[in-house]
Amino acid sequence: MKTRLLVLTMLWCSSFLLAQDYFPKNDGVKSKNNNYTAFTNAKIYVTPNQVIENGTLLIQNGKVVQAGKSVTIPKNTVTIDVSGKSIYPSFIDIYSDFGIKKPERAPGRGRTAEYEPTREGFYWNDHIMPETNAIATYKFDAKKAKELREAGFGIVNTHLQDGIARGTGILIALNSEGTDANRVLDDKSAQYFSFNRSITKKQAYPTSLMGTTALLRQMYNDMDWYAKGNIDTKDRSLEALIANKNLPQIIEAKDKFKDLLADKIGDANGIQYTILAGGDEYESITEIKATNAKYILPLNFPVAFDVSNPYQAGYVSLDNMRHWNLAPSNPKVLSENGVQYAITLYDSKSTKTFKENLLKAITYGLSKTKALEALTTIPAQILGKSSQIGSLKSGSYANFLIASGDIFDKNTTLYENWVQGQKSVVNDINLKDIRGDYDLIVANKTFKLNIAGQTSKPKATIKEDTIKLDSKIKYVNNWLDLSFSTKNDELYRMTSLASNSSDELSGRLILPTGEETSFKAIKTKSFSEKEKKEKEKEALTLMPIHYPNIGYGSATKPKQETILFKNATVWTSEDDGILKNTDLLIKNGKISKIGKDLSAGGAKVIDATGKHVTAGVIDEHSHIGLYSVNEAGQNSSAEVTMEDAVNSEDMNIYRNLGGGVTTSQLLHGSANPIGGRSAIIKLKWGETADKMIYSNSPKFIKFALGENVKQSNWGSFSRFPQTRMGVEQVYMNYFQRGKEYDELKKSGKPYRYDEEMEVIAQILNGEVFISCHSYVQSEINMLMKVAEKFNFKINTFTHILEGYKVADKMAEHGVGGSTFSDWWAYKYEVNDAIPYNAAIMHSQGVTVAINSDDREMSRRLNQEAGKIVKYGDVSEEEAWKMVTINPAKLLHLDDRTGSLKVGKDADVVLWTDHPLSVYAKAEKTIIDGTIYFDIEKDKQQRKLIQEERNILINMMLKEKESGKPTQKPRKKLNKEFHCDSL
Amino acid sequence: MKKILYTLLIFSCISVGFAQQTPAKKQTEAITIEGATAHLGNGKIIENSLVIFEGGKITYVGSANMKIARKGTVINANDKHIYPGFIAPAKSLGLVEVNAVRASDDQDEIGDMIPHIRSIIAYNAESKVVESMRPNGVLLAQVTPKGGRISGTSSIVQFDAWNWEDAIVKEDDGIHMHWPNYFKQDRRSFGVDSGFKPNDKYVEELDKIKSFIKNSFAYGKSTPKEMNLAFKAMQGLFDGSKKLYIYANGEKEIIDAITLAKENNIKEVVLVGGYEAHKITDFLKKNDIAILVNFTHTLPEFEDDDYDLPYKNPKLLVDAGLLVGLQNASASNFQTRNLPFYAGQIVGQGLDKEIALQLITSNNAKILGIDADYGTLEVGKSATLFISEGDALDMRTNILSKAYIDGRDISLETHQTELWKRYMNKYEETK
Repeated sequence: MKTRLLVLTMLWCSSFLLAQDYFPKNDGVKSKNNNYTAFTNAKIYVTPNQVIENGTLLIQNGKVVQAGKSVTIPKNTVTIDVSGKSIYPSFIDIYSDFGIKKPERAPGRGRTAEYEPTREGFYWNDHIMPETNAIATYKFDAKKAKELREAGFGIVNTHLQDGIARGTGILIALNSEGTDANRVLDDKSAQYFSFNRSITKKQAYPTSLMGTTALLRQMYNDMDWYAKGNIDTKDRSLEALIANKNLPQIIEAKDKFKDLLADKIGDANGIQYTILAGGDEYESITEIKATNAKYILPLNFPVAFDVSNPYQAGYVSLDNMRHWNLAPSNPKVLSENGVQYAITLYDSKSTKTFKENLLKAITYGLSKTKALEALTTIPAQILGKSSQIGSLKSGSYANFLIASGDIFDKNTTLYENWVQGQKSVVNDINLKDIRGDYDLIVANKTFKLNIAGQTSKPKATIKEDTIKLDSKIKYVNNWLDLSFSTKNDELYRMTSLASNSSDELSGRLILPTGEETSFKAIKTKSFSEKEKKEKEKEALTLMPIHYPNIGYGSATKPKQETILFKNATVWTSEDDGILKNTDLLIKNGKISKIGKDLSAGGAKVIDATGKHVTAGVIDEHSHIGLYSVNEAGQNSSAEVTMEDAVNSEDMNIYRNLGGGVTTSQLLHGSANPIGGRSAIIKLKWGETADKMIYSNSPKFIKFALGENVKQSNWGSFSRFPQTRMGVEQVYMNYFQRGKEYDELKKSGKPYRYDEEMEVIAQILNGEVFISCHSYVQSEINMLMKVAEKFNFKINTFTHILEGYKVADKMAEHGVGGSTFSDWWAYKYEVNDAIPYNAAIMHSQGVTVAINSDDREMSRRLNQEAGKIVKYGDVSEEEAWKMVTINPAKLLHLDDRTGSLKVGKDADVVLWTDHPLSVYAKAEKTIIDGTIYFDIEKDKQQRKLIQEERNILINMMLKEKESGKPTQKPRKKLNKEFHCDSL
Repeated sequence: MKKILYTLLIFSCISVGFAQQTPAKKQTEAITIEGATAHLGNGKIIENSLVIFEGGKITYVGSANMKIARKGTVINANDKHIYPGFIAPAKSLGLVEVNAVRASDDQDEIGDMIPHIRSIIAYNAESKVVESMRPNGVLLAQVTPKGGRISGTSSIVQFDAWNWEDAIVKEDDGIHMHWPNYFKQDRRSFGVDSGFKPNDKYVEELDKIKSFIKNSFAYGKSTPKEMNLAFKAMQGLFDGSKKLYIYANGEKEIIDAITLAKENNIKEVVLVGGYEAHKITDFLKKNDIAILVNFTHTLPEFEDDDYDLPYKNPKLLVDAGLLVGLQNASASNFQTRNLPFYAGQIVGQGLDKEIALQLITSNNAKILGIDADYGTLEVGKSATLFISEGDALDMRTNILSKAYIDGRDISLETHQTELWKRYMNKYEETK
């Protein structure tokens, strides 16, 4: 019977909606329903800020006619009285994959990578697929639609979530009664991008974050070039990109760093992306706000770690604990800072956890108005569809929710979700609320009955005197089935239809004997939620943000100071040499005075008697503070820059400060003969990446020679070059092309802007300097000869393990050497690496630096310089220069840092002992006059970290006790980057 | 002046050629070293010392003020320092020459429980890497197989020998077992942020170890008809003739490992690693466990750890009264020449210099069971020692002028010093 009814209803409905005028009809007569429906006496949220009490909502043909206090109701209107109920616009999820088949991972990626694209007539890179139209593969998913409607959603904007350029999305009404003719509101609603490679494609490039960034930049350049008609072949990807450039542009970033990176890419190309956020934006709110972008916010708050096992608890880092604590406040922080965002179901485990997290965000201070905006008006605005969706203004689609009250209250019941004027029932609106306390009279005995829980899913407790009895309850369509067993195991069963006119429950009772009689339950107390609410109001404990927001971050950013070191041994790294019993004054971020008996003025005075003051250590070759190291997808990646991948929150930055390091060149790895450009940073712990990178930074690019670029040590045989002979030809080819590119550019004729060639040309023009990873003498010699052919000089050979064999040639060419102190024997090409290398090169007049290429060694570069005294008898003063002024020279920073000279940047270290000694510890590390590492402050921070961990662990234990979900403890992967790392 | 010396030095050595240094001849004449600061390796120090050795053994250690007869060649070592040869435990020195060249790698046999694998027969006495240890004072090592759960059996060698038999100081001294990790890297989430999660198979892996040890023990109680090489190799652990070296770092792993070993009749257990051992020093003392602690030039294991925890970890254990030696098992072999500096690093953390020295001399000798002959400058012990221009624990002053193994005057030249001189000479000549 029920099935038949359903089928009938469906037919009726479909005939209502499918009635497209020009379609022939053969299963009946054409008929049209132009009646109105009016919902009266409701609290109506026309928009989050326009609320009508006791209003009427009038709809017709799937659209809102009017919402207001006094609405004229036409005669052909079906009126539904919803007094006491609230009506909201249905929610919109603009970051959905609804109805789109999940992309499948391409099978097996071997070690031998694929370098060529698989497509023809499209962009050269397989991960750029702007020609994808979600509509081509979209299929309405009725089951998912129902689930979404039950969560309050009426509209989704869906797309294929795969690749870097992902093509266009479609806007769908979740109307299961209609057809795609009704539901598809826009088949090209927005254009989507991300930083993730396509999982369905195997083309190697890009392998890294900076490669992806460079690819996006190049894609836009090529788009312009194509648009101007400069490419005579067909490129359907670029054509799609051009066609869709005026759509809303949405990019998946998913963390605060990539949020900012995405915005930067957009700015460079005149695009304001809407950015899919990650949930950690609260940590960099100032920068996030400054993007002026709109965001899409997933509500994927982490659940507590299960820290009940103390051995396991130790694995969870403070910053992960803190993020658990603070993530729910992210929406509030964004709102308070005026950042506009839509909320998405994306990354939520289920609609249930989505709702829980939404309510949680409100508990953490998100205003309900903002929450509603994020679910209705803002997503509509982002898509440019405000007149159609997201509100109940006249002419909008009749997409709305009927709820028992405040939609953001845990106890509110959502009754109905109407989409395009089609009703779908979530909970029976006519269901009587029978919750409360009753005197249950059964067979002349009185039991205590309590009905609680949700109206539609009540829970019963029945007590005989004070003893709780086993009972069962079921409540559907106002019919109550209740049963219980007494102490003597006698089963009583009752059935009753709840009456709308009385609170008394009465009806059929079946006695244990099977005899039928009747029962009565008299309400003694109405249900109330109050007790629970008070419990929930427990004050939230929120940890303060730190800079950076991990262990050893500071509660306030460190500030510049005026500092006077008294009576120190001062290692100037200048001609002045080592000055005993000398004072050094730091003021306004610069070295202000060096001399005897300097007066303090208002300076902070530090007694350095018996201690040593030096310039900060400079590491010419480092890979700390990076999200990614190698763009290995091509044999040249000059277009990438490490500045796109600086991770200012790498603990190794702090640990390096603890070893007296103040400047590091973050180099690209050695996966290819032409690597990427460097990021040269000051280790300003607590600042963002942009502020760490040197202002007006000299430009460097990493080159590499030898086994790594030949891919000798793993089974990869397909990429050119496989020999040192081939390496030379890569360079010859690139420099020649770079030269021709530059000539064309300078000729004033039109040219295709190619970021890679731009950099090669800059090398030829002496604007970008090469630091080349190098091992054996043949290749070192080769590169110098190649450079000479193109009339420029190699700036630095880094590693340069056989530099000692060609030190005279290096001196003649004018190239510097930045080497390891004593590494060797780890691969074939370092067989002849010797620890005397630095000393020999130095003896022949080469500017020599000692570098690390290792995040552990980098914090002991002072000791590595000490080894140069041992190996080859270099003087202490000269050895010390190898980690200060010499690397500064190699980096073209010697006018700013690297020595103690009046007027230079105050990058200064206070050591407990002779700085080349294994016994020396850095006590204070100062950059631009600001103390970024202080051994005493470090001690205090250790305590604070323990205290805060303890508080958070206790909070998480409570969370577990209260039965909330937890996750297994997890230790962050501390990526160790060397030259060879991907 | 210095330059001339340089040139002289260069000419005197250039003829040596490119092969491994020829092992030194047996000591035939007594040698007396006078005037140096002697660091005995047992915590004591003698300023202006007198050290005499004959026939490979130390016959006198005392003050140069003593009016006793100087014997044989007398070396004046005023302002210099004399140390017992440093001992490197748990290294695959001589088993692998160039890490990336598979053909030169003999350190890791396949199989999980292979105690019968013996390192000594693969030890390359002519390794250039081994040779490069000597100019820094590292003169002995425990040559150890790597990988698997039970990697095999180590032997202890000295670094100046014609072949592996000559190199042996103690053959088949111990079995090396790598304890399973309680946390494991989660590799399932390809491309997504992966991290470490509790190892679901930890208990299972423990059980395998337990079963293997119990079976080995049972095997030894019988007279089996069919020989089981692996079980047979384990027998030394039950009679105390071999030590079990267990590599473990986490608090829980250490407790599990030692408890299991003790409950299963293993007489001598040495903990290798011990990153979190400082948290359970009472437990370790109660069980009388010696530790070969991780070298200091490493990074903290956890983000919130003290930045200098690896630097001071050995000190924390020494302060707790444990027997502590120092190893760099997880580092590349070539790094082992930095052993003295790993010890020096602890001095920067407040440990007494002579105690720090013990960690790579007498303590390592005791833990490896070669302290009857090596590890200190004491009468009756092997004359395995060296003279350094300055403090040998500090890189700037660790400059050796003489080194002796069993009284033999060994070469301090290496493939590396030869290249140095060869090219310095080239540049001098072309000036």
